[in-house]
Amino acid sequence: MRIVCRCEDVTYDEVIKAIREGYTDIESLKRKLNIGMGPCRGRICIPIVIKILARELGKKPEEVGYPRERPPITPLPLGIFASGDNDEKKG
Amino acid sequence: MMKRKANIVVIGGGISGLSIAYNLAKLGMQDVVVVEKSYLGSGSTGKCGTGIRQQFTTKEHIILMKESVKLWKSLSEELGIDVSYRQTGYIWLIRNNDELKLFRQNVKIQNSYGVPSKIISREEALEIVPYLNPDAFIAAAFCHTDGKASPFKTVNAYYEAGKKLGVEYYTFTEVVNIIVENKKIKRVVTSRGEIETNIVVNAAGYGARKIGEMVGINIPVENFRHHILVTEPLREFIKPMVIRGKLYFTQTDRGGIIGGIDMPEPPDQPLKARLDFLETFAKNATEVMPVLRNINILRQWSGYYVVTEDNHPILGPTEKLGGFYIAAGYSGHGFMMGPIVGKLIAEYIVYDKPSIPIDSLSLERFEKGELIYEKAVIG
Repeated sequence: MRIVCRCEDVTYDEVIKAIREGYTDIESLKRKLNIGMGPCRGRICIPIVIKILARELGKKPEEVGYPRERPPITPLPLGIFASGDNDEKKG
Repeated sequence: MMKRKANIVVIGGGISGLSIAYNLAKLGMQDVVVVEKSYLGSGSTGKCGTGIRQQFTTKEHIILMKESVKLWKSLSEELGIDVSYRQTGYIWLIRNNDELKLFRQNVKIQNSYGVPSKIISREEALEIVPYLNPDAFIAAAFCHTDGKASPFKTVNAYYEAGKKLGVEYYTFTEVVNIIVENKKIKRVVTSRGEIETNIVVNAAGYGARKIGEMVGINIPVENFRHHILVTEPLREFIKPMVIRGKLYFTQTDRGGIIGGIDMPEPPDQPLKARLDFLETFAKNATEVMPVLRNINILRQWSGYYVVTEDNHPILGPTEKLGGFYIAAGYSGHGFMMGPIVGKLIAEYIVYDKPSIPIDSLSLERFEKGELIYEKAVIG
């Protein structure tokens, strides 16, 4: 068994199966398998999945593209943001 | 290859369009296609807060959502894929006596339509959701038959079930025009070719207004950006959706705490993140539940509430153009309504009459001035 995503325990075979079921773009694969959604934020799994997807589709990795980045770039506790002096600010 | 001809073209691959297409196929309709400009669930569905509630303030919303919940309960079974639907309730924290008075009225309306919401004490609330700050509220409104589901799993389940029934899906395919001749729809022009059809369903979410313009129909919706975040996954300890004012949060099927809070903005803001959303959310959420201070935020993003003047969706056919149906403008409640909307719009198209009357939600209500105002909009 080859693990592709360590945060979510996703295997190579699961990636191949999902691609063959029609999840043929990186955003759909992310949502189907939860790759890139764990605490590593996709640093381990996404490049691997891009390579697999590119190979399956006969494309270049850069044609597959990278999922949209979502901040923050590293996990941060809610408490950091709660302690700011923003009491008077309104959105 | 794309079909050159279809009985029905559904525009929009969010939960509405996917549910409508699935239900059409289930009623025996052939040659149904879904056209989606990006990936399935890429619009408001995939960005949403996961909640499914019946605690609304109008007859229209309460009845629609009560019927939708009936469908949600057996949706995993029906579609053959687990959508992680759970009836873990919605708990609204009440801050003062004025709010308590309003919630008592709401509960009365909800009960009159058979929704089992009730006012509960602070102690009862703390039993349902441990770690709440008892000083952050005086009582709560709770409905145990409200709940949540996974938007991603639901999108995929509708997609796969529809595919088995013959629905075709064209993703990364944008509708650029709709050709109308002699007041009849002739064809849909997409970025990947044309599809002949006489029936179009506009389930295009934040693109619904633009699709309406293609056939000269004004769809009075505005797209308001809303912000949301998810934390690292934790063992389940927040079962219901917790709401206080414009703040909401719960735990997803994967364990992350998902939540948002209203950040008033003008319409049509680009889908970007705002740092001060994290501050506003964190301040309010940690006041309601102090233990959240130590939990890591993983991601924040934004999505659109497609809002009508009365906060109710626009559903059904249009008087101006035969064969043009609208299912849009949910004002933040589209995910939860997906199952019932799919069923009713499919019935409208196939039988010319839905099993629950939804005439009061037609586009024409805006011209006639027959609006029905929903007050309970959160996030």
